[in-house]
Amino acid sequence: MTENLMEKTFEEALVRLEEIIRKLENGELSLEESLKLFEEGIALARHCNLKLDEAQGKVEMLLGIEDGVIRTEEFQPEEE
Amino acid sequence: MILAKIFTVSQVTYYLKNLLEKDQRLQNIWITGEISNFTRHSSGHMYFTLKDQSSRLRAVMFKGENQWLKFQPHDGLEVLVCGRIAVYQKNGEYQLYVDLMEAAGLGSLYLAYEQLKNRLAQEGLFDQAKKKPLPQLAQKIGVITSPTGAAVRDIIKILHRRHPRVDILLIPAQVQGEVAPQSLVEAIQLAGRLRELDLLIIGRGGGSAEELWAFNDEGVARAIASCPIPVISGVGHETDFTIADLVADLRAPTPSGAAELAVPEIKELRKKIMMSAKNLKFSFFRACERKRAQLLRLTTHPALKRPERWLLSRRQQVDEVKEELLRYIQTTLEKKRKLLLVELGKLDALSPLSTLARGYSICYKEEDGALVRDASEVNPGEKVKIILSRGQLLCMVEEAKKEVMG
Repeated sequence: MTENLMEKTFEEALVRLEEIIRKLENGELSLEESLKLFEEGIALARHCNLKLDEAQGKVEMLLGIEDGVIRTEEFQPEEE
Repeated sequence: MILAKIFTVSQVTYYLKNLLEKDQRLQNIWITGEISNFTRHSSGHMYFTLKDQSSRLRAVMFKGENQWLKFQPHDGLEVLVCGRIAVYQKNGEYQLYVDLMEAAGLGSLYLAYEQLKNRLAQEGLFDQAKKKPLPQLAQKIGVITSPTGAAVRDIIKILHRRHPRVDILLIPAQVQGEVAPQSLVEAIQLAGRLRELDLLIIGRGGGSAEELWAFNDEGVARAIASCPIPVISGVGHETDFTIADLVADLRAPTPSGAAELAVPEIKELRKKIMMSAKNLKFSFFRACERKRAQLLRLTTHPALKRPERWLLSRRQQVDEVKEELLRYIQTTLEKKRKLLLVELGKLDALSPLSTLARGYSICYKEEDGALVRDASEVNPGEKVKIILSRGQLLCMVEEAKKEVMG
């Protein structure tokens, strides 16, 4: 589960978290299942927060694609 | 009498042709009128008549010229045309050869825009059902615009102000001029091939209608429609509505607006996650509460809570059943006993005892206890037992007579 979690995008994690809440609300789970889902949900929320804390995003300009390889360079917009 | 020179039809027509075609005013003339009898020949040439209230002028626009038209001429359309007047020798008719045509009033750009819009709308390119949902949080956003100018700077600034984490890939394109449509199409197709992009912003800053015109290009519209990545358009100002805006999955009023719509503010996201975590805890506790209530219902069941009481009531039930059973047995026995007495009375009437009482007796062989009904069954000297009404006699047979009497 943890491995899968790390691969999840922010969006996937959020969708899964909402799904877990729905399942818990539905109330047809065993106590063990509820607990398992709760733990997963807590991990997902933490994962989402980590995603938001990741480093500053890059700004690049596409120069072209050569033989399937994308060439880019850092892009700095002109000042006003 | 002066003999007049006689001309052939061709000579007259040729003469007139020369006359007309020498007149510079007729060789580059702007004319307004309404199109009627419009036909487009399979060769691609257009034939029609220009008319006003009181006159008509035959006109032709060859394929070489009409291929540049941005709109489709049709009957009833008021147009402004530029061309030359010449004679079509074969028919001996003069006609207008059209080089340029503009829709009068509306302006041909606007007409082309309307026509393309209607056509694409009919094809369903603007259908809401076709709009791709935008990702809640894009990881990497493609930006198709000019690498110079305010638009790209504003987009980058706003994207990173709202969400510092997002990666931005600028895909440079010409956004105005002749090559702009092709440049935009190439950029959109390129972006569509890049797997890592999950959102595309396409736009440019404000300008004149002509400067924004590339965003009304059919090829650009189709490239946006078939782009696998969700597209936000932000072209010009709030009041500019381009075809690209209509095809895009989301239309922003400006390039900056597109950036605003592209990513949620990081603060909002944190709030959202906090709410989700809160909801998670709440629903988990509720799930636990439901289980606890279930448990409570079971543990407070009388059988568990006051077992002795429960047993007492069960015992009482058993007693009641037992009594009922007893009552049933007694009444049944009573019935059977009465039945037996009746049967016994019947039996008494058939009993040999009453026959014996009347003076008859029963004779058995002493040897094997066999009942003797016939004198021949015994021999003299044999012992027999005779049962009387009271007591019995053990006798020795002296003689066995066959006769009943005597």
